[in-house]
Amino acid sequence: MSNHRYLPMTEEDRKEMLQVVGANDVADLFADIPTKVRPAAPMTIKPALKERDLLKHFTELSNRNVSTKDFPSFLGAGVYDHHIPATVDAVISRSEFYTAYTPYQPEISQGELQAIFEFQTMIAEITGMDLANSSMYDGHTALAEAVVMVAGHLKMKKQRVLVSDTVHPEARDVIDTYVLGPRLNVASVNESKGKTDVSDLKEKLDDDVCAVVVQYPNFYGGIEDLKAIREACDESGAMMIVKSNPLALGVLTPPGAFGADVVVGDTQPFGIPSQYGGPHCGYFATKKALMRKVPGRLVGQTVDEDGTRGFVLTLQAREQHIRRDKATSNICSNQALNALGSSVAMTALGKSGLKELAVHNLKKAHYAKQQIENAGFTIVNEGPHFNEFVVDVGSNVVDVNKKLIDKGFIGGLDLGRFDQANVNHMLVCVTEMRTKEEIDRFVKALEESK
Amino acid sequence: MRTKEQPLIFELSRKGRKGDSLPELDVPEVSVEELLEDSYIRKEEAKLPEVSELQLVRHYTALSNRNFGVDSGFYPLGSCTMKYNPKVNEVVARMPGLSHIHPYQPEEQVQGALELMHELQESLAEMTGMKEVTLQSAAGAQGEWTGLMMIRAFHEANGDVERTKVIVPDSAHGTNPASASVAGFDSVTVRTDERGLVDLEHLREVVGKDTAALMLTNPNTLGLFEEDIVQMAEIIHSAGGKLYYDGANSNAILDKARPGDMGFDVVHLNLHKTFTGPHGGGGPGSGPVGVKEDLVPFLPKPLLIKKEDQYTWDYDRPQSIGRVKPFYGNFGINVRAYSYIRTMGPEGLKQVSEDAVLNANYLMKLLEPYYDVPYPQYCKHEFVVSAKRQKDQGVRALDIAKRLLDYGYHPPTMYFPLNVEECMMIEPTETESKETLDEFADALIAISKEVEENPDYVLEAPHHTVISRLDETTAARKPILKHEQ
Repeated sequence: MSNHRYLPMTEEDRKEMLQVVGANDVADLFADIPTKVRPAAPMTIKPALKERDLLKHFTELSNRNVSTKDFPSFLGAGVYDHHIPATVDAVISRSEFYTAYTPYQPEISQGELQAIFEFQTMIAEITGMDLANSSMYDGHTALAEAVVMVAGHLKMKKQRVLVSDTVHPEARDVIDTYVLGPRLNVASVNESKGKTDVSDLKEKLDDDVCAVVVQYPNFYGGIEDLKAIREACDESGAMMIVKSNPLALGVLTPPGAFGADVVVGDTQPFGIPSQYGGPHCGYFATKKALMRKVPGRLVGQTVDEDGTRGFVLTLQAREQHIRRDKATSNICSNQALNALGSSVAMTALGKSGLKELAVHNLKKAHYAKQQIENAGFTIVNEGPHFNEFVVDVGSNVVDVNKKLIDKGFIGGLDLGRFDQANVNHMLVCVTEMRTKEEIDRFVKALEESK
Repeated sequence: MRTKEQPLIFELSRKGRKGDSLPELDVPEVSVEELLEDSYIRKEEAKLPEVSELQLVRHYTALSNRNFGVDSGFYPLGSCTMKYNPKVNEVVARMPGLSHIHPYQPEEQVQGALELMHELQESLAEMTGMKEVTLQSAAGAQGEWTGLMMIRAFHEANGDVERTKVIVPDSAHGTNPASASVAGFDSVTVRTDERGLVDLEHLREVVGKDTAALMLTNPNTLGLFEEDIVQMAEIIHSAGGKLYYDGANSNAILDKARPGDMGFDVVHLNLHKTFTGPHGGGGPGSGPVGVKEDLVPFLPKPLLIKKEDQYTWDYDRPQSIGRVKPFYGNFGINVRAYSYIRTMGPEGLKQVSEDAVLNANYLMKLLEPYYDVPYPQYCKHEFVVSAKRQKDQGVRALDIAKRLLDYGYHPPTMYFPLNVEECMMIEPTETESKETLDEFADALIAISKEVEENPDYVLEAPHHTVISRLDETTAARKPILKHEQ
């Protein structure tokens, strides 16, 4: 074949190189593959496309999707439509970052290592915790890893985990899979009026419970009473694990201030596009006492031989490439590039910008809630919320959303997909991206779609 | 003279500066106190840095200048497949209909995305010889764990609950035994013999009624094809176990040997290795898992299927191990991998493996007179050399790696696999030219001469990086994991 643009080897090169290695033919190099396992026929995948045809093909695939750039979206539930500053893409497109591997050689990876160190600092600040790691796959797996870490820390003497029904149902699904390995027992704490039923929690808490898992703001947008939950945990010696939208913590008291043992979540609201659900970026923050149990990579500050400040991967005795079967987790690749993108977004916001953005979300969502209520809809749960709330739209949400898209809106989440009892319940998310005009038109469209 | 240190972004901060701008609030003003109870209102702001946009850009540009990627230079990091990351992949992944779609949009709004995923699943199934593929796993290690959980569910469904052990070769990636533990298995190590291959006799000894699976990388981490794979598959299968294929090294076998034909039951692939997802300084990756027919019922849910020309998510899978990741996996990385597969086509991918293997053999041959090559037979996409000879002169493999930095190269994977003394594992990949390999070999040869003539200079390396060797002991003993403000 003629040379592919990614393959520099010429026929001439090939001949010379084969001569050096002492082979007649490339086939000689594969002679150790038993004939029996060689493919009988060439693989049947689609033929190669030249770059212009490839772009055409992808444009066509892209155009067959409804983008949240084309229609105002009221979907949230863990993936949010926020402004992404232009600086984010400028930084993560620098190939010194995006084409690098994990920083195993610190002398030529100081840029990545320092960026991660800064990310760890920002996450610790936002959550109010002692320390944070370099990232996890996403918020849900970070939560599941937190459960496994806490159970392991308590030496498996306590084998039960209580997870509130107000935690994202898919996060609960992920926890249920992760606990199969260490054989932990997971039980639910009831939801009451959109929040964790603290009296039910107290009833279920006993000496066997290693961790209580809540979300703040929770799946339905409600703001949990972390103080009461912490007190309940203390009575039985359970640890409190909190999953948090980090943007909400711009305005809400951070879980660290309520004594959370582990705080996890996803930094997607900071500079990461929705991308049909991934890759996003899990974060993992905890207390000093649990530092040596943390899963994943940690970057630490140190000095070089001349006393100059530098950064290295540290506490690696926790990790799979050193400890193998005794490692605290099997995680290897994480979400470094997205952590970098989120660092840029957090830096762009800065101290006052984070708060301001959180407040905009809070106020716009409350405005939308008020308008929807004024239009005669029932808001399912009372009480404060951040940028999400549940509306009873009076008929099947799936049908309502079909009408809404015809009117130019991507409607909220159909809660019926998780519980048949809630087919009329829509989880509505309103971020700073939604203008007053869009919100007003959306309310009108909702009325017409009943 | 080294360049001065780059301040932390927090050290550049001055009160009142901003790098972003919010529009005016256009809804009626209400106070936060009216919306939230006082105990929920954050009193002390998170101390994020306050810098202007140019300061931000300069800071991260300065950091990028202190970093080394594939675009910066040769990166022969063994088992990591640091090949060229095509630019067009970045363009397509940023198309609005692929980048800005929400995972909870109704299926009819995202048929293009679903078609792309389905095409990718089918291509990967064809390349690996598997029946079905899931794209849900986030990376290689998660793929391993996902695969082992399916194997466990399979045995349990057969009432076979005593299978508690997973056999792992001593040359395996660290994630293999770690994933086995996380999936609730004990791992058993099988030795490598003098050929550099799994010791079949030892395998026969360790296999038994308690064997759940054998995890294997083929070619293995020494870069050698496990040529006894047919016998190994028979040993494991006749004991009732399953074969797990770690796809980290699949760059060597495209259209040469499919794991399914070798007898493997489960396969994961690292789309951020063989299929050019950029490594991003440590992720995000993507680790799809393929299975043979008898394991299909256990795949994570939901599973993407095609029904009368429409793509749809199938949640009705009662035997599924459940969900391993939110939503549908790392879609953005899967888009890049599909773009790469469509760019190469079947002939291109076959050429990839042939060139990768020829490059590795050529480089090994160039180095053989100067460094010990413990396994001199033809290698696949990577090979190992040992700095045993240099160690006798007082210079360790680590020192050679540090000296390579001065020559402008990223060093190989060091001290791995564990069964080779002073090991350097070298994977050139197919996207490197002969000239690059010649120059790299020249550098390693020059260093081998320096070891003889001026060992102290090598011991003190690196000399030309922004920073010299770092005190890792103190970093671990007295950890500083964040900046105190």
